[in-house]
Amino acid sequence: MKTSFWPQWLKRNGSGGGEDDSPGLDEELDTLRGTICEMGGLAEVAIRDAMEALVRRDHVAAAEVVRRDRKIDALEVEIERRVVEIIGRRAPTETDLRDVVAALKIAGVVERIGDYAKNIAKRVAIVEDSGMRPMSLLPEMARIAAEMVHDALDAFAARDPKKAVAVTERDVAVDDFYNSIFRSLLTHMMENPHNITPATHLLFVARSLERIGDHATNVAEMVYFAATGAYLADRHKGADTTSIGSAND
Amino acid sequence: MAGGAVSNLLIAGLAALALIAGAAALLLWRRLREATALPAASDEAAEDEDGANLLAAFTDPLLVVRDRRVLIANRAARDLLGAHIEGSDVRLAIRHPAAAEHLARDEEGGAPVHIELVGLGELGRPWELVIAPLPGGSRLVRLIDQSQARAAEQMRVDFVANASHELRTPLATLIGFIETLQDEAAVDPATRQRFVGIMAGEAVRMRDLLDDLMSLSRIEADRFAAPRDTIDLRPLIEEVRDALKPFAEGRLIRIERGTGEALVAGDRSQLAQMLNNLIVNALKYGRPGSQIRVRLRDAGPDLVSLSVIDRGDGIAAAHIPRLTERFYRVDPGRSRQVGGTGLGLAIVKHIVLRHRGRLDIKSKPGVGTMVEVTLPRAIPA
Repeated sequence: MKTSFWPQWLKRNGSGGGEDDSPGLDEELDTLRGTICEMGGLAEVAIRDAMEALVRRDHVAAAEVVRRDRKIDALEVEIERRVVEIIGRRAPTETDLRDVVAALKIAGVVERIGDYAKNIAKRVAIVEDSGMRPMSLLPEMARIAAEMVHDALDAFAARDPKKAVAVTERDVAVDDFYNSIFRSLLTHMMENPHNITPATHLLFVARSLERIGDHATNVAEMVYFAATGAYLADRHKGADTTSIGSAND
Repeated sequence: MAGGAVSNLLIAGLAALALIAGAAALLLWRRLREATALPAASDEAAEDEDGANLLAAFTDPLLVVRDRRVLIANRAARDLLGAHIEGSDVRLAIRHPAAAEHLARDEEGGAPVHIELVGLGELGRPWELVIAPLPGGSRLVRLIDQSQARAAEQMRVDFVANASHELRTPLATLIGFIETLQDEAAVDPATRQRFVGIMAGEAVRMRDLLDDLMSLSRIEADRFAAPRDTIDLRPLIEEVRDALKPFAEGRLIRIERGTGEALVAGDRSQLAQMLNNLIVNALKYGRPGSQIRVRLRDAGPDLVSLSVIDRGDGIAAAHIPRLTERFYRVDPGRSRQVGGTGLGLAIVKHIVLRHRGRLDIKSKPGVGTMVEVTLPRAIPA
């Protein structure tokens, strides 16, 4: 009969990997990907919390978003360090190399997403003092942008090129939102000069969300590249009717 | 490998079972099973499989995590988070910051940690995550779907919003007429009289609504305190009917009292309110001039059934499950016209709940509606 109720994996020591203590390349890559997901999780929460703070005019929550951005930055540094180490010591090739390169690039993009969330959070205090309510379109736009980030990270975790393509297809919706918010804020500004300052801040919020959508698309493109080795064809861009040029960040 | 060997032996065992009849075969089969159960080499694999099988029996998503790696994910977890998570870094499965932080810690033991999080699987779906230590430094991660609990919370919020909205409507009417009346020159005496009539009606509506809200909250507060008095339903029904006579406008409310006694353990005023609401509904929604039947009946040795039956337009089946929802109205215009608060059946439902009874609503469009309440009989002292 069995000696104990508990299965063997509870009793064995060390992780499921090799016999020796040093982790293999697979395991190192896995940890690297895990760290990127942790970063992504922080960025996702940052977007959500920043928008919630904006809608509820919650200074404290906004300050917390700004504070937590440091953790994202620290993780990016850690990922860079790991990538350099893996390339230097292991000299990965083919799929593994693609994985490592994609990881490095995705980390940079996720860090930018965190920055945009922080930027939104920083505007909470200013918008509050102006007495102008964030318009109803912004939370909806934020929902789509956050969903794109969420799905891009899911695609990354699952190495799922199909899901990645689906993310890139939604960028048009965010762009359309941006254009419509831009026009309606412009109308507000023309109606009453007092609206100009708060409307400008809200415009920057919309701009940040639009950029977050773009960056989620970038992540998805890199996921596609890492998984298939091929580049996604240039995506269709929503018509930019704001005519302020395309000053790409 | 191990599984194949086991099944081969099982097939052999089953073949033997077919050849040798009865107890002899069973004995052999059991021996074969014992022989395959504990060969030293496949021991660990078999036990690991046992662990996975144990987790598979749970419908909540479960993960066993060690050194940040997912050792085992049960079927529910793989469905939710993707098949890739088994064997990979746990942050690939759950990247929520609070969870990542707790799962990254390596110390053994400790109390289970509860974390509320949203955004696993579909974005916005709420989960409770429980991380509990297992012997040997592993952790069991359990995900509990919280959408139901959140939905209940949302209902409460909606209720406050609905109640304020319902109170606002008559109030807006009142304010409108008051403002008109303040401008005395604009209103002739006949119109004034008509306005005051409407205002009185709206004020009554508000009072009714507040009364209903208050009795609802009282009934809910008593919900778990079972009523103890012994009430005879027969005189109670007569009493309620007599009180409603002025409202019935000459329509017949026929009481069919059945044969036996109708003693229930109950709260007299609540049962009267229940009867009142049911009969008033029947009067409101029955055809003008048609009669209302109140029927008492035996429903088994321990149960009394009370039905209120009207002849009217009836209710479409799609609405029936929602009738006891607060402020749910099949036809808002009609409800307003007959002066309903939208709480009548919600109150009935809560009274029946408190009395450990059952509420059934049956209706045939074009024929009429029957509301049946089944209550447990009073236990004779």
